[in-house]
Amino acid sequence: MLGSLLSLASRMSGDPTNPVPLRVDAVAKRFGAVTAVDDVSFEIAAGACFGLLGPNGAGKSTLIRSIVGRVRLDSGSISIFGHPVGSSAARADLGWVPQELAVYPLLTCRENLQAFGRYQGLHGKALDDAIAWCLEWAALADRAGSPVRTLSGGMKRRLNMAAGLIHRPRLVLLDEPTVGVDPQSRNRIFEMVEALRSDGTTIIYTTHYMEEAERLCDWIAIIDHGQIIAQGTKEALVAQSFGSRSSVTMHVGATRVDLAAWAAARGGTAQDSVVFCSVEKPAEIAGLLEAASGDGLDVLDVTLQRPNLESVFLHLTGKELRA
Amino acid sequence: MIGTILQTSFRSLRRDRGAFVMSFILPIGFFTIFGFVFGSMRGSSTPRVTVLVVDEDNSDASKSLVRGLLREPSLDAMTHPRVTKENPAPADYTAATAEAAVRSGDAPAALIIPAGFGAHPIAFGPNSEAGSTQAKFRILHDSSDPVAAQVVAGMLEKTVMISMPATMAAVGSQYFDREIGGLTPKQRQQMDQGLAALRKRQDQQDAQPSAATGGSATASPAADSGGMVAVDIQDVVGEKKKSPMISYYAAGVGVMFLLFTASAAGGSLLDESESGALDRVLSARVTMTTLLLGKLTYSALLAFAQLTLMFLWAALVFHLDFFTHIPGFLVMTAITSFAVASFGMLLASVTRTRAQLGAFSTLIILTMSALGGSMFPKFLMSDAMLKVGYFTFNSWAISGYQKIFWRDEPISSLGPEIAVLVGSGVVLFVLARWFARKWEYV
Repeated sequence: MLGSLLSLASRMSGDPTNPVPLRVDAVAKRFGAVTAVDDVSFEIAAGACFGLLGPNGAGKSTLIRSIVGRVRLDSGSISIFGHPVGSSAARADLGWVPQELAVYPLLTCRENLQAFGRYQGLHGKALDDAIAWCLEWAALADRAGSPVRTLSGGMKRRLNMAAGLIHRPRLVLLDEPTVGVDPQSRNRIFEMVEALRSDGTTIIYTTHYMEEAERLCDWIAIIDHGQIIAQGTKEALVAQSFGSRSSVTMHVGATRVDLAAWAAARGGTAQDSVVFCSVEKPAEIAGLLEAASGDGLDVLDVTLQRPNLESVFLHLTGKELRA
Repeated sequence: MIGTILQTSFRSLRRDRGAFVMSFILPIGFFTIFGFVFGSMRGSSTPRVTVLVVDEDNSDASKSLVRGLLREPSLDAMTHPRVTKENPAPADYTAATAEAAVRSGDAPAALIIPAGFGAHPIAFGPNSEAGSTQAKFRILHDSSDPVAAQVVAGMLEKTVMISMPATMAAVGSQYFDREIGGLTPKQRQQMDQGLAALRKRQDQQDAQPSAATGGSATASPAADSGGMVAVDIQDVVGEKKKSPMISYYAAGVGVMFLLFTASAAGGSLLDESESGALDRVLSARVTMTTLLLGKLTYSALLAFAQLTLMFLWAALVFHLDFFTHIPGFLVMTAITSFAVASFGMLLASVTRTRAQLGAFSTLIILTMSALGGSMFPKFLMSDAMLKVGYFTFNSWAISGYQKIFWRDEPISSLGPEIAVLVGSGVVLFVLARWFARKWEYV
């Protein structure tokens, strides 16, 4: 499905009547001797949720600030729905939710939304309607009159998101929107993002929480040392890094059998009383269990696990995502 | 534990290099400026009182007095306006033009040497023959400068004593002759010889060049009676006003605090930059110029409200005649507010942290306030200080408000103040916009 979307986007990229939501073309940005972004190119299909992952210092923040028009590029170009980044049309189509709580702490929720709505050119009924939608979407209607400083951390995060979407942009950039919130508030934010997706909004989502990317994003790019080192669906990324095999972890009871030799005969390893193997298909576990039983091993439990994004990220960057 | 707290605090201070440097430069810089300002008030730099001299007598005695006044180092005596390209040969002041000049603030006092002065230049006591017929000096005075008239009066008495020794002796001998019963012929011969020597010395003094600028004369009177010269001091500006310095200090103190307020208002840019709100605003449909104009307007309106409150308070508590000067007040307050708001924008845009802004603005604002007349009256300042004061908002604002509230001048007289405050406000805002590029892009 998503592959079709991306393919469609790629085909439409030359069509001025249906421009892609975001096109990043050979973008580079240097700060002195440091190259923060190095010849980065990608596109995002309409309606997709594009996850941008990268360790700290990988160039992610510079790329994000480039997309919102806050960086003078050394080379390359960025367009939003066919309009150069920074143009009025591009600004109107882009909603940015920064990582910081970029709201006015002494104003109420409604007053903040009024301010940011006006900054986006909204007035009158259009502004009132947008504020009402934002308060409802962020579940802050009952706190509309509360000053920001009196809100909980999760509420502040939701208001921060609403302020970025007050003008109902077609492309939304959510920069770590769940930093510092409790699990309940995080779930609420997930619901807000999913509501956006169901409305057809295109989303760029950055996070340090792998489970968020796996849950919300249907296309993921990993950036490191200023370059996109891999991108695709989660499954494709796993397949690129680990092929199609799944790992099997088998705990066995005390035995006189040489576990290391037994595992090696099956392409695996052993440590203490644990055997690590891999299988192409889950059904192959049955054969493993039969062999173990035949050789007198007392199997206590077996775990079958597909490699995940965390594994991919670690494999590609050599770093934990949250490091 | 305390050691750790100390270490952490000093490390934080050291990392903010601007604030670190300003922590030490601020007090030294301010001390140095005040040292120059107040130190220069000693010795030859003692402020001179400007006085316009009108000689209505035109006698030898009055001319001698004028020359003596021109030589008096504590007076800046002028018998005619300063020579300019437009007016290379200005006419001597008359009583009317001198009074007009005092009213317009060109000088704090004018001395009128009355017709008949030469006939009875001095009197020994009010009951003397001369005292009963002596014409009175007039000092036309702007009472917003309470020092000038007294200085002029004192210097007049001194000058009469010093610059007219022959006249003094002649009148003294007449007094002696009349009161004691007359001199013997031999005594009279000796007296005439002594008077001749004094006249020769007086003429030599008169031939010496004047130390004063402007090429004219000034006099200072003493109290009305009891001295050797009779003086009548008249307030020609503010004669019906109750508190001459109220509008001065309402403007002076008001502008000083306005500058602090404008600096703090401009500092909101730094706060928003820190919080990320500035990035978000600039990523919307708001340009940096629009944002700065918005902040400038806010800051100017805040300043306008503060000054209005200050003057209303002055009207309520100190009986400042506020409500009959509202048009002029509005003009002065609008241009002053604009100028200080631009100044606040510039301060915020050239600094990087709140700490830097606080230190930098304190240094500049207190310096401007000291030089511009917010901290002590301008009439106590030397000419050099007054000239430096022209580079401050305080001085121009005080000047404008004084024109309106003290001299009752029309709005059209505010041309220089409008030009300077609006012009500098525009220049400072343009500079602020240029420095604000740092927030636009990385």
